[in-house]
Amino acid sequence: MVKFQHVNKWYGSLHVLREINLRIAKGEVVVVCGPSGSGKSTLIRCINRLEPIQAGEIFVDGKPLSDPTLDLRALRAEIGFVFQQFNLYPHLTVRENLTLAPMKVRKVSRGEAEAIAAKLLERVGIPDKSNAYPANLSGGQQQRVAIARALAMQPKIMLFDEPTSALDPEMINEVLEVMTGLAKEGMTMVVVTHEMGFARRVAHRVLFMDEGQIIEEGAPQTFFETPGSPRTRQFLSKILSH
Amino acid sequence: MEFSVIVKNFDFLIAQGLLGFGNFVGGTLRLAVPAIVLGFVLGIFIGLGRLARRPWIRIPATIYVEIFRGVPLVMVIFWFWFIIPVLLRVALPEYGVALTAFVVFEAAYLGEIVRAGIQSVPRGQMEAATATGLSSAQTMLYVILPQALKNMIPALVTQFIVLFKDTSLASIIGYVDLTKAAQIVNNREIRPFELYLFIAVVYWLCTYGMSLYARHLEQRFTPSV
Repeated sequence: MVKFQHVNKWYGSLHVLREINLRIAKGEVVVVCGPSGSGKSTLIRCINRLEPIQAGEIFVDGKPLSDPTLDLRALRAEIGFVFQQFNLYPHLTVRENLTLAPMKVRKVSRGEAEAIAAKLLERVGIPDKSNAYPANLSGGQQQRVAIARALAMQPKIMLFDEPTSALDPEMINEVLEVMTGLAKEGMTMVVVTHEMGFARRVAHRVLFMDEGQIIEEGAPQTFFETPGSPRTRQFLSKILSH
Repeated sequence: MEFSVIVKNFDFLIAQGLLGFGNFVGGTLRLAVPAIVLGFVLGIFIGLGRLARRPWIRIPATIYVEIFRGVPLVMVIFWFWFIIPVLLRVALPEYGVALTAFVVFEAAYLGEIVRAGIQSVPRGQMEAATATGLSSAQTMLYVILPQALKNMIPALVTQFIVLFKDTSLASIIGYVDLTKAAQIVNNREIRPFELYLFIAVVYWLCTYGMSLYARHLEQRFTPSV
């Protein structure tokens, strides 16, 4: 589904991604963790080319992103992205947040788009909020709307960039439950998160990144119980100790 | 105090001076309203141009702003009045000259307001729209501009009010606006206090009306919480 081949990225002289090689299969749930500044957000932002790369190649669904004839908008329409800060459109109602892209990009009729929106709001547990504005919702509700907005495009893959990091602790679970449900339905997911409980329960594979490199990867059980690299052990002991 | 001078010349001051119906080319509103509308439309393009990634759009837009923001409005009016007819070898009518000068001049200021308004919208909004596959034009139209416009309202209205009052400068090329109309009446009646007090009230009523309407718009664009 997604393949990184010798990917390198710099911000000026800062080498933020170093020789990334990675394959993500259809239906796989991959959790990416690591200290801040390790390049994990950059990694997933490269998949829908919110960030360009300077060397190497990324394939999505077999198509190389560097291909100049690639229809980037069509590709992005297939990739759902959920941001740490939700980034809902504050001037639009919840329903309009969900129907904008399907109507403008997919050219779905308003009626059909609204039917999809209603179904998705039901699924993320806030069917009664479709006329509300984002400012009237709690953080957890906003993030669930943001997930529904991404799903409204019926994506083949969902990317999550620290989806619970901006939330109050009591709202984290309602978002993780929605994500767990998605994973169970077979959605291909790449999740940047520090929620190690979620990683243990839901992920098929966990990656640990540091200084722009993938230091370690493995199934959750091996990853958490017998991490190979000292850097991973150090990181895990810091975030799991409390 | 002899306010009968106002009553006697009311038609001339309001119909000719404010609205532009009369024997002379003129009218404050007839100049200000299209100048605001056209200046704002041009200003949106200038503002977008200033933010364009392509240098062949960005650089001319920047030069445009720097030139017209750096010269007095009176001079721009003179340019159009004296220089353009010589270059093009055609005589331009007062109204056309005045309107063109105002639109061209104000677009520089309005363009900067538009640019600041667009930049005030958080970056995440553009990323969210881009990530769902919207084109950059669609992102601008449905996501960025509606939010930017709301943030721009106070600065825009201030600029519209400035423009409205600046239309009195068009009188230097013989355009009979409200100020010029009062001058004409005063030359005959010699009642400067009454006449200039009256037109001050008329200007103030118009600009205060604009302020009130702006406040109303700002509230309408704020989602009720």
